[in-house]
Amino acid sequence: MSQAKQDFLEASKTFWNPNKTQFWQDAGVDLVIDRREGYCLYDMDGKRLIDVHLNGGTYNLGHRNAELIEVLNAGARRFDMGNHHFPALARTALAESLAECTPEGLQYTIYGAGGAEAVELAIKSARNAMQKRKIVSIVKAYHGHSGLSVKTGDERFSKTFLSEDTLDEFIQVPFNDLTAMEDALKGRDVAAVIMETIPATYGFPMPHEGYLPSVKALCEKYDVLYIADEVQTGFMRTGEMWGITKYGVTPDIMVIGKGVTGGMYPISCCVVNERAGQWLKKDGFAHMSTAGGAELGCIVALKVLEITQRPEVVSMVSYISDFIRAGLDEIQQQYPQFFTGIRQNGVIMGLEFNDPEGAKPVMKHLYANGVWAIFSTLDPSVLQFKPGILMTQELSEDLLRRVEISIGRAAEEIMGGKRQQVA
Amino acid sequence: MDPAIQNLVDISQTPAALNAKADVVLERARWASQVFQRYDREKTLAIAMATAEAAQAKAGEYGEWAVRETGFGVAEHKTLKNQLSSVPLVEHYSDTDFVNPRIDEATGNLEIPKPAGVIFALVPSTNPIATVYFKVLSALMTRNAIVISPHPAAREVSIDAVRTLAAAAEAAGGPEATIQVIEEISLPLIDEFMKSAKTDVILATGGTPMVRAAYSSSNPAIGVGPGNAPVLVDESADLRSAAAHIVDSKCFDNSVLCTNESVLITLADIAKPLLRELTGAGAHICSQEETARLRSYLFHDRGFNVEALGRDASWIAEQAGFKVARKTRILVAPIDLIGVGEELSREKLCPVLGFYAARNMKQAITQARALLRFAGAGHSAAIHSNDDQTIMDFAASVEVYRIVVNAPCSQGAAGFSTNLPPTFTIGTGFFGRSSVGENIGPHHLINWTRVAWHKDQPRPAGALGGAQLKHAGPLPKAPADGVPGQSRQSFVPAPDRERNELREQIRAIIAEELRSVLKD
Repeated sequence: MSQAKQDFLEASKTFWNPNKTQFWQDAGVDLVIDRREGYCLYDMDGKRLIDVHLNGGTYNLGHRNAELIEVLNAGARRFDMGNHHFPALARTALAESLAECTPEGLQYTIYGAGGAEAVELAIKSARNAMQKRKIVSIVKAYHGHSGLSVKTGDERFSKTFLSEDTLDEFIQVPFNDLTAMEDALKGRDVAAVIMETIPATYGFPMPHEGYLPSVKALCEKYDVLYIADEVQTGFMRTGEMWGITKYGVTPDIMVIGKGVTGGMYPISCCVVNERAGQWLKKDGFAHMSTAGGAELGCIVALKVLEITQRPEVVSMVSYISDFIRAGLDEIQQQYPQFFTGIRQNGVIMGLEFNDPEGAKPVMKHLYANGVWAIFSTLDPSVLQFKPGILMTQELSEDLLRRVEISIGRAAEEIMGGKRQQVA
Repeated sequence: MDPAIQNLVDISQTPAALNAKADVVLERARWASQVFQRYDREKTLAIAMATAEAAQAKAGEYGEWAVRETGFGVAEHKTLKNQLSSVPLVEHYSDTDFVNPRIDEATGNLEIPKPAGVIFALVPSTNPIATVYFKVLSALMTRNAIVISPHPAAREVSIDAVRTLAAAAEAAGGPEATIQVIEEISLPLIDEFMKSAKTDVILATGGTPMVRAAYSSSNPAIGVGPGNAPVLVDESADLRSAAAHIVDSKCFDNSVLCTNESVLITLADIAKPLLRELTGAGAHICSQEETARLRSYLFHDRGFNVEALGRDASWIAEQAGFKVARKTRILVAPIDLIGVGEELSREKLCPVLGFYAARNMKQAITQARALLRFAGAGHSAAIHSNDDQTIMDFAASVEVYRIVVNAPCSQGAAGFSTNLPPTFTIGTGFFGRSSVGENIGPHHLINWTRVAWHKDQPRPAGALGGAQLKHAGPLPKAPADGVPGQSRQSFVPAPDRERNELREQIRAIIAEELRSVLKD
């Protein structure tokens, strides 16, 4: 490690986040991201990493996508964040485009600056529309860290700040458990169910066939709104524009963030149907956000929507997911005792390892071998594996080569001297 | 959307957007080509043949459409060219193996074919569909992906034809997007495609500026120069047959093939009988004044008048200011100069044939050589003769890479009435500032990896001990877990209570550990 990097890490501990800075050093990931380009990150000491973390799909179109830079620059010559009280050209243009490409019935876009804020908006809108307070989410859910959103998730993030739900307004049920879901909804006192289409921080456990449509049916039965958190499953990552429609569900509210602006200028969106967006007609001043829907972000998002929906992109996603899956299947055959399973929908993948913390050594060895992927915070036996939708064939092949080596080393480390049996 | 915003977001003409546009098409092609290279010969041929059949079925429709859209050529002849470039093309190469390894018996070397990868192909307006068919099928036979850039004058028909072929190839099991077409053509965009590092080879058929641009792109290119074929007729020739071939060739598709005869060179002694035979075959022999009118109509300061391109003889005569019989097939313009000073000795993509009578054979050959040095070097020539020495002398002297004997040059040089490889891309070689001097075919779209053993320890003769090239075939479709019919993950039954509890306990321990880590 260079002296410059050591000095920087000290500064980071002094002024930014001592524990988090130290955590990564202890985990064997001494990464300080400097230059970034396409699907690669460069550490400040020059090491290149293929990014298959992508900040949960934020860099879906690659880091510093040239078209997004271009449009952001063009936007900056005319706009800034804008004034949140007034009708705004860029904000409305994006809302109109979202109404066109989001599932049927979604009409209005309410803006935030980050995903958590959009979740707040979804919960507030649902409570207003249904005049009920309860929100149902899944065990190990993750929807952000702000006041309401943090209560929908695992207590690991709320208790530290004494911010967990104490009023029994936030109920959690196990994923893929319809009985538990029905039990939670049948009192008819629930405003909304909020679900990530595929729960990311939980390691992308895949919904069972029919699970999501059945939850939607239960919502209809017990008069509950369905909030689809599409932050990590939207923008063609499943091979379709929205993961939720691929599973055959039309939500009442959809939350999008991260990838919506390709990491170039943060905004988030809560897109609601007429029913969920009632307050927008009665009292539009009820919520406001100075940075919400910053117009420069809207300009970038318009370009993201256009790029993402180009006809070529669908087959790119299909090639990337097929090719990487075929490669991962081969790797799995080499280390079947350690690398036990693959969860996949499009380029959303979770790699399962036969150890409760198995994804951590894999992450470490991947890092050593030039790949950045992160374990799932709420299930560290699973590695989140999230290639971008415009990955090149060459980089995909390089990625697989590095993954094979890294998983082999992690297997050796975890399974000890035990010789891996080839299936 | 508000027009001001639409305007702001529209960055399509910026370098970033043009680059991205080319990049995504080429990268998609790269994926297709990499998957295609996993296919074996049987599957490859089946895809090529299925695509050729779809092409053949539409040969007539596209022939008519091309004439309608471009305004030139003859539908019936275009149809014939399209047909020849479909099933017969694939059949022509069906015995050539572009997929499996071979052993060079002389050296003992093992040779493995490696497809180029991604081909960027320019298509001319003169032979749009035949060229699309030819290039696409050549790419398929060699397991390459191809991106077609249509000529703006033949845009609609070319796009439709490429889509037809792409659909057929995919239906036959070819990788998605093996065949793509650029729908919004612009010079800056074409430039992006040509100079992209993701283009493996450019197949450039078209005007000289385009071909030169291809060669300047920094990418490997197979570009072809313009033609300007001399046709020599000597006294040993069967004049009637020669005249018939020449007229047939010159009026074929109104002479838009770059292989058409440009100037007929003969000997003064046989000029009169030959002109008679030409007249008999449907030619109109122009008077001196008519020739002058033709010259000024066909050639402007900027070069050939494209208005005349692919038009029929009587239409051209009328535009030039004289009348000929409606059934006139070609116009013959006698000239007494070749090269600088006589525009009619340039390439004429219309049924107008220059006619020059030389004093003797030596002069005739010198004039043919001069014609090609004036324009059309490296391309084609024809000779009608039954004297092998004359044929040899002519062939040795003129700077072209194909010479058609006693046959129509339009079709013959393109390999359709001769035993040359059938093509719509004529390699003009070093004479014509091109990399290849042959008729371009699928064999130009692969390179071979040569595997050579030590001279002192050669590989034992015969087959490679049963070693085979492994063809994995199409990529299996990745699952979309949880989506009915697309899931691969078996339905995980709810774990029983005991295991569930155990799991929860483990999780609690991990969580505690994690917390302690984070607290430290």
